[in-house]
Amino acid sequence: MDATAADAPNYIALLEVPEEKMVVLPGASDDLTSVTFCIKEEDHTLGNSLRWAIMQNAQVDFCGYSIPHPSEAKMNVRIQTTEQTNAVDAMDKGIDDLKSVCQLLKARFQQRIRQGDYARAA
Amino acid sequence: MALADRNRVVVLEDRVENVSGADFPMSIDGQDVAFNLESFKDSFDIKIVHVTATEIEFDLVGVDASIANALRRILIAEIPTMAIEKVYMINNTGVVQDEVLAHRLGLLPIDADPNEFQWKRADSVPTDQNTIVFKLDVACEVDRSAAAGETDPKKKYINSAVYSSHLVWDPKGDQEQRFATKPIRPVHDDILITKLRPGQAVTCELHCDKGVGKDHSKFSPVATASYRLLPEIQILEDITGDDAELFRSCFPPGVVEVVEEQGVRKARVVNPRKDTVSREVLRHKQFEGKVRLTRVRDHFIFSVESTGIIAPEELVSKALDVLMEKCDIAKAALARAVKSSEEDE
Repeated sequence: MDATAADAPNYIALLEVPEEKMVVLPGASDDLTSVTFCIKEEDHTLGNSLRWAIMQNAQVDFCGYSIPHPSEAKMNVRIQTTEQTNAVDAMDKGIDDLKSVCQLLKARFQQRIRQGDYARAA
Repeated sequence: MALADRNRVVVLEDRVENVSGADFPMSIDGQDVAFNLESFKDSFDIKIVHVTATEIEFDLVGVDASIANALRRILIAEIPTMAIEKVYMINNTGVVQDEVLAHRLGLLPIDADPNEFQWKRADSVPTDQNTIVFKLDVACEVDRSAAAGETDPKKKYINSAVYSSHLVWDPKGDQEQRFATKPIRPVHDDILITKLRPGQAVTCELHCDKGVGKDHSKFSPVATASYRLLPEIQILEDITGDDAELFRSCFPPGVVEVVEEQGVRKARVVNPRKDTVSREVLRHKQFEGKVRLTRVRDHFIFSVESTGIIAPEELVSKALDVLMEKCDIAKAALARAVKSSEEDE
């Protein structure tokens, strides 16, 4: 049994990121300002929150996500950007921002728990 | 629309208006409401209302619905726990069929820290690192010491009912030392699994695996995880006299009080949080144009009830960890997708 798997608590049952976790669907523009990504094994949980994070970028003209068919574990994210950037960078920034938001939320939540200024019952 | 009204969902008698937010760059009259982490840090807040051994209620203020909903979905479906996955039926002469009994056993919450265990993959064998074993061996017989003419099965027979407390943990490998301070057991001792009568018996071996709620709800660490938006009652024009009393009666107790100001009875909103937004107040002609019911679009009142395996305050932290892990995976996958599409060219 490999030791690394036992160390950090990994909440998602993956040893490594699968080869085809994310693909760029055919039809992307040459300058990559209009791209549809297909992410496997993801749903509204990541889809909607990632869509929100990407839309916060002022260089993003359009971002939307869809789950084309309920029995296929696939989620598509469409990004169109201005010429100042491209969809790949917008996606990357969106992922980073979403993670930062989670970090802030977690830190604040734990801080509030430590402060303990709430009703606590047995 | 005024800035203060922008994050209000308006509840009207026959419809709900202004439902979706538009907090995106340049979406409102050219105003830059773009997101940046620094201002987000000051604009959002979490207020913990109460915590018990199994429940937490907290307010999440100033975040988008997509984040709140991701949190809720992860709490229900993507935080791993240990649950009975395989039942090796050695003997079952009770009236409950094998498959029904196995299903009932699967639903028992098992008090074991999931972080202490690894995922059991399709190709891996059960080991002390990924499986917990329980034994269940119960036989029912007549209690000879029971009084003659006794009719209560609980007194008349021994083991007339099989409870979760009958499960016996069978530690494997180093599990006995690893869990010496907190032996693995079902969360509750009084869950009825099946009933037996003299001569009937159940003998089986139960294997618990690590899993998540999206595979089977038995793995879900929460009994409920939900949020609602904070209700708000705006009184646009003073409501006085007998109308004030009627106004108060339109809401659950404690939401609206009638106060006396300079000899005039006046309705005042004291605790909108308790409101159920029943819209009863909108049925009365005399309140037309005097009241507006809204909900604060970015104020989520979360209520999370744990099954007892993971402490409720820990659940929320874990849910955020899961979302961060999803981001890490997506980031790695994006790098890979870009690399492989460049190779194709």
